[in-house]
Formats: sequence, C-alpha cells, structure tokens
Amino acid sequence: MAERVGIYVCHCGSNIAGMIDVEEVARWAGQSIKDVVVSRDYKFMCSSLGQKLIEDDIREQGLTRVVVAACSPHLHEKTFRRACQNAGLNQYLCQMTNIREHVSWVSTDRQKATEKAKALVAAAAERVKHQRPLEQGFVKVNPATLVIGGGIAGLQATLELADAGYPVYLVEREPSIGGHMAQFDKTFPTLDCSACILTPKMSEVGQHENVKMFTYAEVEEVSGSVGCFKVKIRQKARHVIFEKCTGCGICVEKCPRKVVDNVFEAGMGYRKAIYTPFPQAVPRTPVIDTANCTWFTRGKCQVCSKVCPTQAIDYDQKDEIIQIEVGNIIVATGWKLFDCTRIPQYGYGRLANVFTNMEFERMCNAAGPTGGKIVLRDGKTEPRRIAIIHCVGSRDVRHNQYCSAVCCMAALKFGHLVLEKTKAEVYSFYIDMRTPMKDYEEFYQRLLEEGMHFVRGKVAEVTDAARLPDEQGSLIVQVEDTLLGTQRRIPVDMVVLMAALEPQADAKELGLKLGISCSMAGWYTERHPKLDPVATMTDGVFVAGACQGPKDIPASVAQGAAAAARVAGMITAGKVTIEPIIASIDEQKCSGCRICNNLCPYNAIEYDEEKGVSRVVAAMCKGCGTCVSACPANAITGAHFSNEQIAAELEGILWDAIADGRPASAAPDGSKAPQSTPVGAA
Amino acid sequence: MSKGKLALYWAASCGGCEIAVLGIDEHILDVAKAFDIVFWPCATDGKVRDVEKMPDGSIDLCLFNGGIRTSEQEYMAQLMRRKSKVLVAFGSCAHEGCIPGLANLYNRKAIFDTVYKEGSTTFPENPQDHRPQPITDVPEGKLSLPLFYDTLKTLDQTVEVDYYLPGCPPEAKNIWAALVAVLEGKLPPKGSVIGLHTTVCDECPRKRSEKKIKKFYRTWEIIPDEENCLLEQGLVCCGIATRAGCGALCPQVNSPCIGCHGPNDGVEDYGARLMSALASVIDSQDPEEIQRIIAEGIPDPVGTFYRFSLAASYLRRSKAFGGDGAAAAQPTPLAAKA
Repeated sequence: MAERVGIYVCHCGSNIAGMIDVEEVARWAGQSIKDVVVSRDYKFMCSSLGQKLIEDDIREQGLTRVVVAACSPHLHEKTFRRACQNAGLNQYLCQMTNIREHVSWVSTDRQKATEKAKALVAAAAERVKHQRPLEQGFVKVNPATLVIGGGIAGLQATLELADAGYPVYLVEREPSIGGHMAQFDKTFPTLDCSACILTPKMSEVGQHENVKMFTYAEVEEVSGSVGCFKVKIRQKARHVIFEKCTGCGICVEKCPRKVVDNVFEAGMGYRKAIYTPFPQAVPRTPVIDTANCTWFTRGKCQVCSKVCPTQAIDYDQKDEIIQIEVGNIIVATGWKLFDCTRIPQYGYGRLANVFTNMEFERMCNAAGPTGGKIVLRDGKTEPRRIAIIHCVGSRDVRHNQYCSAVCCMAALKFGHLVLEKTKAEVYSFYIDMRTPMKDYEEFYQRLLEEGMHFVRGKVAEVTDAARLPDEQGSLIVQVEDTLLGTQRRIPVDMVVLMAALEPQADAKELGLKLGISCSMAGWYTERHPKLDPVATMTDGVFVAGACQGPKDIPASVAQGAAAAARVAGMITAGKVTIEPIIASIDEQKCSGCRICNNLCPYNAIEYDEEKGVSRVVAAMCKGCGTCVSACPANAITGAHFSNEQIAAELEGILWDAIADGRPASAAPDGSKAPQSTPVGAA
Repeated sequence: MSKGKLALYWAASCGGCEIAVLGIDEHILDVAKAFDIVFWPCATDGKVRDVEKMPDGSIDLCLFNGGIRTSEQEYMAQLMRRKSKVLVAFGSCAHEGCIPGLANLYNRKAIFDTVYKEGSTTFPENPQDHRPQPITDVPEGKLSLPLFYDTLKTLDQTVEVDYYLPGCPPEAKNIWAALVAVLEGKLPPKGSVIGLHTTVCDECPRKRSEKKIKKFYRTWEIIPDEENCLLEQGLVCCGIATRAGCGALCPQVNSPCIGCHGPNDGVEDYGARLMSALASVIDSQDPEEIQRIIAEGIPDPVGTFYRFSLAASYLRRSKAFGGDGAAAAQPTPLAAKA
C-alpha cells in the first residue's frame, strides 16, 4: 500500500520565506511528489498551531509519513517527532529537512534557493517513505560520577554532587588535589588569599564521606556509555602505603635528596625526592619521585623507610589498575602554561631576570621559595623597575590566536603586589586591557590610581644589549608605544611574561578515550557554545573549567557547579533514553574479518571468538555509522540510514535530473545500447 | 520426464569458464543425462541460425560467460535471453566485467592504438596503421566485422539476468551445485547470486585479530607467515569484501584473495566497499603518512580494488578517455549484407 505523505514547509517568519518562495515549494511538492496527500506552508511550524496542523492531518487524512521543511533538526526535530507521536504516528516516520541554515541563510538568489528547497523536500519525501517505525530504549543511570581533575572546577563539581548525596570518584594526576589555584598568592580583583579560600574546599573533599579520591592517578581507559561507563584508573605507585601513612612528614624532613620543583614551585624552589607538593596538600600522603630518589637511582639510602614510624614505605609498590563504574563523567583537566622559550626575543631562559607569570606567582606567595619577597634571580636584590608583558603566546597568530582571558587581570594583580611590597616602578605592556567581569574594571582604575604605568603596544624585544649609559646593566624593553606613536626603550631590572594558558599536552588523548573532541586550539568542544556550555557531544560526559577554554576562578567554579547540576539532573531522572538509531550486525553475513573491531569510537563492537562474528552492543552504540561504511561484507546496517533510505534520498534530490530523462542509473557513457542486428548471420 | 535443454555461450572472456565446466568431471555425464546440449560453440558444432529458429523460451538453461564488448556479443546476449527460460551470468566476466572490464579505463581508440600501433609485436608489421573496419569493400562485395564498443558492459547491463554464478572461473563444486539446483527446481529468488552470503574470511582458517595496518606490501615483497590473517601482515587481501564459496583457496596457499567472487549481497560497489574498509584500518592519523602508506603499498588502486568489478561499479569507465557513446553515436550498419 502506498504511503500517505504530508509535507509542511515553514516560513520561519521571514527567515526562510524571505529567500525561498515557500508557497511555491509547498504547491510543487503537493503536485509533483508521488504519494503526497497534504502539502502546506505555515508561518511558524514550531508554534503550537503549526504542530497542531500536523497532528490534525495525521488524524484526519490518515498520514503515514511526515516531512517538515524548516530549520536544523538540532533545533526542532524533537518538537515535530513529539507532534507525530501525539497523533499516534511513530516519531521515526517524521523527517526534517533543513531549508533555513542549508538554504535560505546561505543563498542570495531567490529562484535558485527555491529550487534547492524543492530538491531537499523531494529527497526527504522519498526517504521518509522507506523509514521504519523504531522504538526508544532506556538505560538506568548509575548515581556515581567520575570527576577528572582536582583543580578548582573539579573540586567544585565534586562537592556539589557529594553534598547532594551522590558518590563521586575524583581522579587527580598530581600527588595532591588543588590544581593551579593552590600555587597562587592572591586572587583578583578582591585580593583574598588563594590558599585561604581553596584549602577549606580541599580538606572538605578529602574528608567527604561520598568522595573517593584517587590522587597521583590517571584515567587509563573508558568504555560503556551514558548511565553505565566503565573506567579503568591507573593508580601510580606512590611507594608509600596510603592506609599506613599518617602524613607526619618525617620522611620528607629526613630525605637527603633535594630536587628542583618544576611543578608546584615552577622551578623556583626545591622539594625532596619523597614529597608532598605543598604543606596543605590533600591527601597528606607523600610520593617517592623514583627518577630522583637515591634508592631507586643508585640503590642506596632507604632513609625514609628507616624513619617512618608506621612502616608505610614500600619500595616494591607497583602501579595498580582500579576499575570503577559511573553514570556520568565530568572532565575538569585544566590547562598548562605556554612555554616562553618559544618566543626567544623575550629572553626567557637566556636572560636571568625574565620570569614567567607562574614563577612570579610563587615569588609573591608568602609560602613560596622567597617567602613572598620580590627579588631578582640572585635571591636578594630588590628590583627598582619591573616590566609586565601581556599576551605572551596568546593573541599571536604564530602561537595561539585566542585571548587567554585571565592575564590582564593577573598582570594588574601583580602590579598591585609590586607596589604594595616594594618601592619599584611597574610597567604594563598591553595590547588591549580586558577587564569585562564584575569589579574588574574598577580594579584597573585602582591600579591606574596606584601609579602602575601602562604602555599600549606589543613588546618587540627584551634585551641586555645597552645602547645608552643609563641602560647599562638593565634589561631593555623595546616597544612601540601605539598611543604616543613612538618607539620606546624602557630599562628595567625584572621582566614578567604573562604566558598564555594552553590546553593540557594530553588533552586530545584523553578526549579520544572519552569520545569528546577538541577545538582547533585544543580546548574541549562543548555541545553548544551558548546554550549547552558544559555538555559535550558524548552523552554523559561534561566539561568544566579551563579545559574547555581559558577561564578565571569564578568562571571555573560556575562551570564546575553547572556540570554537577547537569549530572545531578541525570541521576535524579534515573534513566536515559537510548536512541534506536543504531547499527546491527547480520551474523549470517558477518565473516568475522574484524575490520570493524577497533573502529568504533564508543567501543560498542565486541568480537565473539566462538561464533567468529562481531556484535554491536546496543546500549553503547550511538549510530554514527562508522562501522556500517567500513564493513566490507555489508553485514552491518545502520537503522534509519539503510542503503535503501539513502538511495531514495539521492533519487529525491536528483528529481530534476530524473525528470529530464536522465535516470540516475544511466550508464556514464550515456548511451542506450544501439539496436543491434545480427552479425555474420548470413 | 523429457530432457531439459542446455546452452552455453562465450562472449568477452578468456575461455577459462568453458574449461571450468569440464571441471565437474564425471558429473558431465549426469549433465548429458539430464540435458540436451542444444548450443555450445566451444564444444559442439552449432550455428547461430539454428538458435534463431528455436521458439522463444525453449532453452531451459543458458550459462553465459563473458562480458559484452562488441555488437555481435550484444546480439548474442539478446538472442540467448530471448530463447532461454533461465539465463545465468556465468563467471566473473558476465557477472562483473572482470579483467576485460579493466579496459574501460580506456576507449576503443586507445585499445586499438595499443593493439595495432604501439604494441611491440605489431608495430613493424602494420606500417600503414590499419584498423578493423566495420565494413570493408572488396571486389566480391562488402565484408563486415562486429563493432567494437568503447565500453565493456556486464551481461545484466545488456539483458535481464536471472542468476549469477561468481568466480574467475566458477569453482566446479559450485557449478555442479547450481546445476543440481536447476535440476531439482530449488533455485533461490530470481536475481540472486548462487553461492554463500558471507565473505571469504568465513572460510579462511587464518587467525584474525583487530586490524591496524602501518604498511601495505606487494606480494613479492614479503613471505607471509601461514598462521595469521594476510591483511594484518600488510598484504591487500580482498577476502574481507569478497563473497565466500571458493573455500578461501588463495589465502590457504599463502596468497591474498584478489576478489574474483565479487561482492557480498547488497553491496552496490565492490571496490568502494573494500577501499572504505581498508582506509578504516590504516594505522595513522597523519594525512601525509596515510598518503605515503597508500601510494607506496597500492600503486595500482583500480587494478587492486576493481580488478574484477570495474565494469559493474558506479564508475564503470574512465571519464578521462571519453568514450561518450562513440559506439552508439555512429550508425551501425553491421548487418548491411553485401
């Protein structure tokens, strides 16, 4: 029996109707496309009246298939599917075609746009006739959540969920949670002490009954899907037995091996070979740095083992793989600092008194290597003039095009600390001063009043080659002052480079494990930049904080809380809908060649050794079609995207070629076989 | 019960299919018992005019091998279709075009240039650059030759085909199984390929695991081990995409499958399927490296992926060489009898 197709062409106000003759498209579709029994145009199909049109036609005209030509299915597919379902038509018998983003918004020729819209409508109509009713499934949501990254965003997310009563696994790569915020001295614009506001949260997480922390650990493997992820965590060997250690710190105190601390102290200070990164570390259990420990490198020492009152040192400890199951994952892996040696003209690594922002943070910090004194690399001389250079590695086409977002405010904070702690003059070399958030502009005004000098221009060079007598022994900042319109050489004693925030070096790798993608710059991509900022294209995986883009503390905290709210919503709902648009394997056709086995981005394909066939795990399949197109035996079918449906769609889109008497299936040599006659039949 | 009538015909192919029929050994006697062989130019003395005189539909089974390259073959295909109840595209040439179909990368002129002008054995003997002419005037009248088309077509691109028997040539056991199916009236739905509905890996005893290919080798470059999947060892083994039924003969003697059985059910374009599958398992994310892996390991992509199926593929023929209906555009006074 022929299907009864209804076509609905939306004006979208003038969004579509302004460039496409929608009445003509609807009229044409009603006359020209086979099996179409209703074809209408309407001002706003997504309005309740528009939806009612569809519902009434299904009931009264007995429609068996529906096509809505309107905007992107991303926006309203659900709306129209629901309308069909309301009227008793299986929702997968409704097909949307996008004549707004794909046609009207990108066209300048009304006639051509109308023709293109017709072709798309024809394609959808031909396709929809071959669509099959499908039923959605459900998966229970495991109430546990994995938070990756114990910086401020991750901590916030963890606390929100744990306080709501849900179990949280927190994985942190470093020996302690806290992240970059633990390294800072003051926070802008309020100048409250970073540690003072962070450490209470850290200890709360550390002691929370709903939180299981894995520090000095990394996510090894993720399988499964929303509601039921299986995660393997690699707990790196601490060589200190967690359960036995009381955190007394005597091992650290007695360890004879000093090591430059390139992580927490940004290379400005030392730690021991057995260490906790900082005094307020959570947990307090130290780790042994085996690359530097004398026992591991030379087989001598064992002092820590001798002094430990609880015999917690275990030199033979091995990495351990821990398996957990969670319903959702929040990624809060943060950022890393731009490597300033990539801009050699600023002299970092070559000129002693050029510092990075992270080094300067540690220097300002009362708990840092200089006890909070701002001094030159010699450790004692107080600088008289300090230059702060903005946008080092950001807003620079050679490195990163994006704005690092936090550096202007951090530079102002540095300026304030310098003016507060020293008698030095401080210069800020900026391209544009960016202070858009609450109370930020006021802070800038404050620094202007406090006497910080501002020079607008991108610094060309930092050099110690003096040209004038008063430049002798100084670092000279060469810059074009774009407000004065002149080149300036400003001699200073110290230079601070405001290095950019960059994505973590292994962000892509982790993204692959989780099935989430990165932007060109390497930040994790959110589902929608405006309307869905913490979700990702993978259901059940959320992002928070600077791993999604450079962010300051308030924004990171807000995102951490937002991600937690999304997860809490999922847990409360208890189940998630599983789309029926998935792949399935015909065991008869499958020869077990195993081409598809490692292609699935969601690890949804497993191999049955016994039967010698591969199989799709329905709950994990997202219907992406990768395996379908790769299967050389045509054993895999993607529901809702069968060859038949795709071929019909193509035939529809080529309707005018076919109508011209050029069947799509004609031989490329264009010839009908000549009427032959017998040869040599004489 | 009266005996059935059997015909076999040979168009653009190498003749191997004809010999393959004899591969059924003593079963040929059973064939002779069950059928009258009414037309088999290779083995018996029959004339086209005899066939022309038979009533339409009077032949029970016609096994037609070879693609359609000339006007004569086209005529014969139409004739055999008309006279036969069941027409089987027998072997790869009739099924998919096979090796002769690879000439669709060129056109008639280029093929004739190769054969009559540039060929090392013909050039000195053909100084006047003679070419076959459809009509040649001689004192006695006009001589005619079949017209040679630009494009080789498969049998089903020429006439309606009832069944396909794949292989280059078809395996004797499959030929016999097909004949038995006809005799017992147990034929599958019309349009089917008579054979299995999975691919060669199903019959291949080699050990398979997840596939990651860093380098493709040509067969002379390595001696593969006899245990593991040849594809995993870097040989382009087409078994993954090729219909089973041969018993994985080639892989079992350490030689990769070259794809003569054609695609599995429902595959529209064999080469595209195979390429898509192989492209999926190249173990690199770097476009330049991928390019290098393909260029070094697969110097002849059409010959590798479309060795048997170019004429039946979506591509069908080279556009670069035109061939835009040169055959059709010209008047075809082939039968202009003198």
